[in-house]
Amino acid sequence: MDFLNALVMLTNFIIIPATTYGAQLALGALGVTLIYSILRFSNFAHGDTMALGTVVTIGITALFQSWGITLGPLPTALLALPFAIIVTSLVMIGTDQVVYKFYRAKKAAPIVFVMASLGVMFMTNGVIRFLAGVKDINFTDGERFLIQARAFKEWSGLDQPLALRTTQALTVVVAVIVVAWLFWFLNRTRTGKSMRAYSDNEDLALLSGINPNRVVMVTWLIVGILTTTAGVLYGLDKSYSPFTYFQLLLPTFAAAIVGGLGSPLGAIAGGFVVAYSEVVVTYVWRAVAGYVLPDSLQPEGLLQLLSTDYKIAVSFTILVIVLLFKPTGIFKGQSV
Amino acid sequence: MSQSNRVIFYFALVAILFLLEGLTNFWIFTGSWDTSVSILNMALVSAVMALGVNLQWGYAGLFNVGIMGFTALGGLAVVITSMQPVGEAWEAGGARVLAGLLIGALTIGLTIMLRTKLPKGNARAVFTIVVLVGGFFIYRSVFDPGVEAIEAVNPSVAGYLGGLGLPVLLSWPVGGLLAAGAAWIIGKTALGLRSDYLAIATLGIAEIIVAVIKNEGWLSRGAKNVNGLPRPVPNPVDLQADPAFIEAAANFGLGPVEASTLYIKLGYALLFTAVLVIVLILAQLARHSPWGRMMRAIRDNETAARAMGKNVTARHLQIFILGSAICGIAGAMMTTLDGQLVPTTYNPLRFTFLIWVMVIVGGSGNNIGSLLGAFLIWWLYVKVEPMGQWLAQISTAGLDPNNWFAVRMTDAAPHMRLFTMGLILLLVLRFNPRGLVPEK
Repeated sequence: MDFLNALVMLTNFIIIPATTYGAQLALGALGVTLIYSILRFSNFAHGDTMALGTVVTIGITALFQSWGITLGPLPTALLALPFAIIVTSLVMIGTDQVVYKFYRAKKAAPIVFVMASLGVMFMTNGVIRFLAGVKDINFTDGERFLIQARAFKEWSGLDQPLALRTTQALTVVVAVIVVAWLFWFLNRTRTGKSMRAYSDNEDLALLSGINPNRVVMVTWLIVGILTTTAGVLYGLDKSYSPFTYFQLLLPTFAAAIVGGLGSPLGAIAGGFVVAYSEVVVTYVWRAVAGYVLPDSLQPEGLLQLLSTDYKIAVSFTILVIVLLFKPTGIFKGQSV
Repeated sequence: MSQSNRVIFYFALVAILFLLEGLTNFWIFTGSWDTSVSILNMALVSAVMALGVNLQWGYAGLFNVGIMGFTALGGLAVVITSMQPVGEAWEAGGARVLAGLLIGALTIGLTIMLRTKLPKGNARAVFTIVVLVGGFFIYRSVFDPGVEAIEAVNPSVAGYLGGLGLPVLLSWPVGGLLAAGAAWIIGKTALGLRSDYLAIATLGIAEIIVAVIKNEGWLSRGAKNVNGLPRPVPNPVDLQADPAFIEAAANFGLGPVEASTLYIKLGYALLFTAVLVIVLILAQLARHSPWGRMMRAIRDNETAARAMGKNVTARHLQIFILGSAICGIAGAMMTTLDGQLVPTTYNPLRFTFLIWVMVIVGGSGNNIGSLLGAFLIWWLYVKVEPMGQWLAQISTAGLDPNNWFAVRMTDAAPHMRLFTMGLILLLVLRFNPRGLVPEK
């Protein structure tokens, strides 16, 4: 019984939140990795693009709600998501035309792109603050729980509750669909193949008649889908605020680099590595130990490795370890 | 215009802006000399930072996005050097905390030693993990009770170890040293890899440094702030009590309160100018030395420089540390000026990004340019908010105040800064990438 209780606790406080967070990070990291392999720079505006997509979704959701359109048990934001994706992708393609295209034509150094993306990041940040202010916004509606804590306790007869929120299940389902679609697109369609060819060897791709402008545009489009979805899922699961989205940048980068920059599979693995490390390291293990360990071995402290204030340090430490020992990441991305 | 004429023109423009600030309250100006000198003081500090960043970016092409972290370390330096030590706190847990930190350092040292001494293989991996995990738990068991004891000592006014009680001016070089130490760790990790990695690593370390200062109450009182830092200039209360000072102030037509704040601010301005001039002279000398030429050679063609036998990574590490140290000094100066350490004020826009805009707008690679950029952009940064309010006023003049656009415009005036600074960076990067005063 104790063991079961411990298992339920682990599921409730570690496996469910970390898997959800990992799926969100994976989607974000996929975007970073795509931009890196096609456009060849680290996009610092990524976190704020996620925020922009979320803000647009929040606006459209509010509009739908005012018209009385909802999705019943599911969040209305899901219905608004496709529209927000279109808006965000258009904004990104527009930004590319106005900002990045110029440097691409000039074949500028990657660091110049990074700098420009920093400028874009702050402008986007200004725009989202203008549109939605700086406060936390919670835009989840519909059924809150799939499994309710109380119902689970009654059903199982255990001391520990288990709750599964709709948004958590939704995150994983949507993420799986998007990732499956992305891999199908990259591996099976002509456009996807030309993107991979362009990423592997730009000159050869150009020689074989691949249109670089088209590749770049499709990339931004896909990145628009990935960032908006990641941002909306994160916002549904937690809540939206410009500052937390800005701070998502570091874990997202860490995830992409851990997996190996330029490797889509790596980005997904990296997302889960970062998310699980963050949750495991900042979790208070005392109660779990209480179930598993014999009385004589009971710990006195909280058994928390790191306070939650240092969450960001976890992704950073992972990043440093990878840079020191394996700069190409787990899946041998492009590096150095 | 020739370059030197252009420099004179721009600096004259800056001077006029600061004079207008003091003289007139028309449009966005306040008409207060006090404000004018306040803006000038921060501009001077920012100029020192801009020189540090220019050293890294302009001389060596290193992209450091963690200036905020180095600045914050400078701020911390002021607290740990100049505040009086809290004896009770030291008795309560000082030894434990020091011992804990020592154990932490030993653990890391031992790990590094193991990794260099033992042959590669499973044994080494196991030893590394055992040492790290074991060391971490010992460290926590020694360190945590000490922290608790310290933070329990008179939490409303102390609750931390205090500083060393040394003169506050000494904290400026200490700030430089702390920043240099952090830069060494980051540089060792991220230099020599792709240029983007340094950017990501510095972004991370800056967030972590600020998180530490925010949360480690025993060290910096965290969110409770440290107030009443010692000043390197006279105290206003003393000045206001001094009859000679009151008389001198009356000769200028100023009241004692007004005169004393202005006098103190001018005192800071003098100190900061002295530091700025020293850093500027050193940076210029370095630039024209063989070392400076080598740096630019590395920046312009790393491969060629490497072929000539230059150790590119080592030189990068060197200049990265130097530049960060200057940012640390500037951070200490800023906290001294504020007279308090408020960890929550450190945000990347103000302390990282703004400095970048200064360097790029002024002219990367050119020290005079960075200086000019610092003055112009800081002035603009302060004035964007009143300009935004003014813009909100005229753009919503005919509208109902409850209209969505009117509400957003009025709310958004403070956020205009983000947008404007981003826009300026993009415009300069695109249309005038060499800046107002280009590198010769």
